[in-house]
Parts: sequence; C-alpha cells; structure tokens
Amino acid sequence: MRVLVQGAGVAGLTAAFELAARGAAVTVVETRHGLGGNASWFAGGMLAPWCERESAEQPVLDLGRDAADWWDTATPGQVTRAGTLVVAAPRDAGELDRFANRTSGYRPVDENEIAQLEPDLAGRFRRALFFPDEAHLDPRQAMAALHDRLAAMGVEFRFGADARQISGFDRQLDCTGMSAVDARLRGVRGEMLILRTPDVSLSRPVRLLHPRFPLYVVPRTDHRFMVGATMIESQSTGPVTARSMMELVVAAYALHPAFDEAEIVETGVGVRPAFPDNLPRVETSGDTVAINGLYRHGFLLAPAMARQAAELVFNQDRTKELAHETVGQRRSA
Amino acid sequence: MFELLGTTLPSRLLLGTAQYPSPAILADAVKASGTSVVTVSLRREMAGGRAGEKFWSLIRSLGVRILPNTAGCHSVKEAVTTAKMARDVFGTSWIKLEVIGNHDTLQPDVFGLVEAARILCEDGFDVFPYTTDDLVVAERLLEGGCKVLMPWCAPIGSALGPVNITALRSMRGHFPDVPLIVDAGLGRPSHAATVMELGFDAVLLNTAVAKAADPVGMARAFGKAVEAGREAFSSGMLEPRDVAVPSTPTIGRAVFS
Repeated sequence: MRVLVQGAGVAGLTAAFELAARGAAVTVVETRHGLGGNASWFAGGMLAPWCERESAEQPVLDLGRDAADWWDTATPGQVTRAGTLVVAAPRDAGELDRFANRTSGYRPVDENEIAQLEPDLAGRFRRALFFPDEAHLDPRQAMAALHDRLAAMGVEFRFGADARQISGFDRQLDCTGMSAVDARLRGVRGEMLILRTPDVSLSRPVRLLHPRFPLYVVPRTDHRFMVGATMIESQSTGPVTARSMMELVVAAYALHPAFDEAEIVETGVGVRPAFPDNLPRVETSGDTVAINGLYRHGFLLAPAMARQAAELVFNQDRTKELAHETVGQRRSA
Repeated sequence: MFELLGTTLPSRLLLGTAQYPSPAILADAVKASGTSVVTVSLRREMAGGRAGEKFWSLIRSLGVRILPNTAGCHSVKEAVTTAKMARDVFGTSWIKLEVIGNHDTLQPDVFGLVEAARILCEDGFDVFPYTTDDLVVAERLLEGGCKVLMPWCAPIGSALGPVNITALRSMRGHFPDVPLIVDAGLGRPSHAATVMELGFDAVLLNTAVAKAADPVGMARAFGKAVEAGREAFSSGMLEPRDVAVPSTPTIGRAVFS
C-alpha cells in the first residue's frame, strides 16, 4: 500500500513510522523546506502525562503513558527518563497542594531529596513533588533522529513540496496541524525561550507553579534550557511579546537566580492546533485519514494517535464495511 | 430574575472564561451554572490583529450575554483602547473595567480606574468597574458615570472568600440602590451564598470554577449557592441570639428539678 503523509511535524513523522513499520510505502510531503518551523519545533518535549493530568482530561494520561517507550524504540538514545520535579515558591505553597490533589504518580519530596535530585536547587525549595516515571526529550533532535530512521526504513521525504501536485497513492494521511482546513480547530499560541548558561545544571524538567502562569524549564544539551510556554487563545505567530518574555525570564530566575546572566539564544512562537475539548482526534473522510488537535501534547500523544491512524489506514476497507453494517442495523432497528 | 441596566437576566451568577481545561468544559460549566453573563479578556489575545477570533467565536456561541473585560491593562490608556476594541469585537457597550495597580497581586489601581471609568462613561460605555470595598472610591466611580460597582471580597484568585464582611455590609448600606456585584476572591459556594445573603445583587467568579477538579460540578454548585443566598436574603433571615430559643413551647411539660 502506498501512503502519502502530509506534514512533517511530530504527527506526520510518528504516523510515517507506524505505517512503514506495517509495510506501507510511505512518502512524507512537507510545504516547509526542512523539519523546523512547525509547532513541534517549539515544543518542550516533556513526556509528562501524570503532570499534564492536572489540567487535562483522563485520555491524556491513558494515551500518553506509553509515549516514552515509543520514542525509546523509534529513536533510541533520545529519551531521558529522569522524572519531573514540581516546585512552587514558598508563598505559592497552596498551589503545590492543589497540583498534588489533581494528579497521581508522584511522591512528595523534602529539602534533602530535592538536593539529591537537583543539587543546584538545594536550599531553594522546602518541598516539591517528584513524578519518577516521566521522561523528556529534545524535540528537534528527536525529530531529526526519527527522520533519519524513517529514511533508513525507505520512507521518501519531499520538502518544499505541495501535496496537491503529487498523486498515485492508495491513501492519504493529513497531519498538517494548523494548516488543515477544519472549522473546529483553533490555535493556542505558545511562546518559549532558549537560555544558555553554564552556571545552572538540571537533570530533568522542573515545573514552577504559579497561580496564573505555570512555567517549566527543560534542560537540553550544551548548557541550554528551554523555558516555556505561554498559553494564549490566539493564532498569532508574531514575535514573542515583552510581557511573555518577562514572565518566562522571571520564572527561570525564580527557579534559580543564576539564570540572570544566561544568554537568551532563541525566542520562539508556535501555534498549537486544538479542538474545543483540547483532545486529539483521528478521523476518516474518504481515502484520507487525519490526525489533528494535539494541542500542547504533541510528543506525548502523537505515538498513540499514529498507531490509531495506521490501523485505520490499513483497516479502512474493513471499517467501511463496518460503517455500512451499522447504518444497515440502524435502518432495520 | 435580575434587572441589570435595563436588561433582565435569569441568573445572578456571572462567570469568567479563563483557565478552563478546554473550551468544551467551559461551555458545559456555563450551562450547568445557569449563568447568563460571561466575561472574557482580550488584551493579550488581540495582539497581531484579531488573532483571538476563534476563541471569541466559541464564547459567542455560548448563547449568553458577553461582558468583555480589560484584564491585563495597567494604565488608563491601555484600558480605554482595550474597551473600544472590545466594543467592536463583541458589539456591546458593556465593559468590565480593570486597571491593575500591581502585576503580582492584581490589585486595582483605583486612581486610574476612576479616570478610565469617567472617559468610558462619557463615550457611552456601561462601565462595570472592578474596585476595592473603599466607599470613597465607589462614590467617585458613581460620580464618573458608573451605574454598577464590582467590589472585590478578597484579592483575585485567592479563594479566601469575604475577608472583610464589615466593609461589604457598609458598602451595601451606603449604596442601597446601586447594583453591587462581588467580583474576585470567592473560593467556595458558601462564600457566594454569604455575600448574596448580605444583599449583594450578583457575584462574578472564574478561578474557583475553572480550576476545580470538576469545573462543571463546581459551576452547578455555585449556581445553586447564589440562588440560595439570594432567596435567603429576600426571605428575611433570623438575627442571631445569644441564648437558645426552643422551637416548641415548653409550657405544660413536666419539670424535673
């Protein structure tokens, strides 16, 4: 079976892997000229379904708990399994209790254990929540690794190309995110920074709770840290705003004052595609299957969505028959 | 039923639209609460043109009256500009006026508030000023043209409930004919019931519902509490006494002593 995957973001790449692994001849077409620039490129790369459950519904935890295993298998060496540390400033201690009440899969840790987990945070926070089963990856490195793996599996990539000018496929998989034509989709703007400083070391993502804007700092290689991310009900892809920049920088600084001399090596803006329930969907329409609405859970939920989509693509004829049966049953009932 | 600026509203609960897990849950919460007015911010969302249009159209589709707000504005100029933008976007003269004095506590800057209220009232807006429980500020706002006041009962998002009952009583007493809506600081349905029992006309809240484990259930609970508090107020509550008063007569009973 020949399948055309539209979009080389995290949805398209993970879907291409699942399809190729099932024996499909896959071509990935992307209008951009490389892997960068989409919402995935600006993602935090946290595989943190237990933490996300604080504000997300149960399916995010159910669909996301195997994500770290998936990425480990598809892109060996990319996943760091060191958990997540959740902290709050002393005056926001109530937020820590609220977070704990809404989540599971953590253990409360005291000052000593915080110091063991993250020596640089020693003495800065009296208590925290530690989510030991969570993981993280660097989205850009992971996407590059997945791209190379796919290429080695025989997947063809066409960058800077228009899907409408390519034909001869049995099925199409639409993974175009915000570019998809779907009136139900809205964009949720996310702004992020990349800081670089040798003065701070972290082993895992740290979330700093605040009553209004919970932010996180994710360690990356070469003394870099991703600080993210705002959540604004806006489709604007314009540059990061001063207020957002201030909030992101202040969060990093509140986590550790040594971030004051960090270099701001990059600012980024991505627009997350979301449905009204903020949950992703895999849907079929004619010969096209679509994955969309990954919202702030791209790397977390793309593997599960890719699996569902690949199964739909391969079982489409059977699904069609089932759909007909259902209609028939309804009529006869 | 609740008469507000010539409009009859079925509910005395006004709900904010920020911080819900999803717009779908927001829509369910609005339904469950029975609210007839929602407030929506647009300062951050209007950057880059009308980039927040998608979310705003979701808000419009809720089928309730919209009270846009100027959340995030720290100066008179910003608040006035945002109010005008809100009037265009939502086609309403109603505006919840916030002029923030402190970025961290979100305490209102009452000086800027009075000034912005005057400008907007002159321009034909129906201004709902988010203010403190200070009586002099309240008077200045009324002089400036406001027909409604929205005092806090505790700082925004604090969930403390009415921290100064005396000030709230005194405000109600001083402005018996002005619609008073308690805005900000409510944490639990019992807080809402308490201020409604004091005779406030309505309450506006956001975080207590949006950040609940089950926002829809909490919205319903607040809806009931507001109704209960109002009905208690209109039904005339007993004043507390220092000694017990039995509800059945004691005359004719055997006395053991």
